Amino acid sequence: MNELLITFALVLIKLLLIFGVVLTLAAYLVLAERRILARMQLRLGPNRVGFFGLLQPLADVIKLLTKEDVVPDRADKPLFLIAPGLAAVTSLLAFAVVPFAPPLEIFGRRLPMVVCDLNIGILYFLGLSSLAVYGVALGGWASNSKYALLGAIRGLAQLISYELSMGLAVVPVILSARSFSLTDIVLAQDPLPFAVVHPLAFLIFLISVTAESKRVPFDIPEAENELVAGFHTEYSGMRFGLFFVGEYINMIILGSMVTVLFLGGWHGPLLPPVVWFAGKVLAVSFVFIWVRGTLPRLRYDQLMHFGWKVLIPLALVNVLATGAILLWLRGS
Amino acid sequence: MNLWRDIKGTVQPFWVTLRNMLRAPVTIEYPEERRTVSPRCRARIVLTRDPQGEERCVACYLCSAACPVDCISMQAAERADGRRYAAWFRINFSRCIFCGLCAEACPTLAIQMSGDYEMGSRDLLKLVAEKEDLLIDGGGRDESYDFYRHAGIGVGQVRGAGDEESPPADFRSNLP
Repeated sequence: MNELLITFALVLIKLLLIFGVVLTLAAYLVLAERRILARMQLRLGPNRVGFFGLLQPLADVIKLLTKEDVVPDRADKPLFLIAPGLAAVTSLLAFAVVPFAPPLEIFGRRLPMVVCDLNIGILYFLGLSSLAVYGVALGGWASNSKYALLGAIRGLAQLISYELSMGLAVVPVILSARSFSLTDIVLAQDPLPFAVVHPLAFLIFLISVTAESKRVPFDIPEAENELVAGFHTEYSGMRFGLFFVGEYINMIILGSMVTVLFLGGWHGPLLPPVVWFAGKVLAVSFVFIWVRGTLPRLRYDQLMHFGWKVLIPLALVNVLATGAILLWLRGS
Repeated sequence: MNLWRDIKGTVQPFWVTLRNMLRAPVTIEYPEERRTVSPRCRARIVLTRDPQGEERCVACYLCSAACPVDCISMQAAERADGRRYAAWFRINFSRCIFCGLCAEACPTLAIQMSGDYEMGSRDLLKLVAEKEDLLIDGGGRDESYDFYRHAGIGVGQVRGAGDEESPPADFRSNLP
């Protein structure tokens, strides 16, 4: 009984810790993005609330919570209310399979530093990332607004153009690691991260992941200057906040997926594994912000063109080549 | 080659943004630091005085006539020595568009634009400035200018004492 209690407590502590860290990180990623983007545009960014603007996320949350929650006239109310939750929950759930450190020995038991080490972790991640687009599609559909609907349609069109190449870019990694489990994949890149072994797959995955996070240059579902705010045009208050936080949690998840699949996860010299993992995730997040500060938005026919005619053929060729080389190396 | 150009055009901007990130921001953090306004800044309107400390304004109404939004009003009056002045002079700053046409129209350099731009208020009535609020002690832009040294015959000084004025001719000397 006591044993069970300790196990339960440990799992609960781990869950709360992950929950707190991911949500706080998402909130501060917003601040980091605003500050870094501001510096790239020779501005200062928010620096008034607290030291260096560090209390800005708190102020934003208070503002969002105290705002009126508007449901537009003749909107599909149940769908409208549930869509932001879908967007945030799917991105939070995806973190369940991300291993962020090697298993820990504590109280004589082995505690894996991952919420749930699924043996099909990658498939789970891909499934949830496709599910996340339901938040966009339903939110846009239920709003009873042409801009929101256009944003939702664009979100779906975008999904079918990047999802395939994202899945195909992961295949070489799975072939090399010979496992679908993310922990095994991290363990397989002990000497060399897969970004070095499969540079093309890394590049394709990075581009697809940027499209997945719906950020510039692939932010066509919410293209401010064409569609007001795209799929979340009609949302206000904390429901908009959920969409917004969902986007930034998504950024962390995708950053950790890039880290786990291609950058060697927690592996690294000197520093403790968790620090290496966090550092790599933050570095990928910085690249996302950097890309946002640099590139203009694509038209959505350009994205489809790029996805179907460039990324997917490249990824297919890459899968074929990797498979052939692996077969040849094993000498069968 | 076209592809090479596209790749270059995609990669090069990253260097530009990274370089700009390391440059100092151009932001001026307003309440703590203020920029020095240009000498020709057009902000709060003032009424200046001539070197003797008298009001320069002669209440000629040219400024209120030039004003495109009709924010200047006054009432002319005359002193015992013949010098004109404004009995009251009012500028409604909630209407003023700071175009500077009044200062351009003024023949005596009385009405001038100053560099004081911090004049926001939540109360519209506080933005209505009377003559006492507008008058300043100095001469503003052209400190030594004195209208009555150049014009206003017989007012302020005896005839012929002005700077570009000849003494009055004795018409009797012209008689045959």
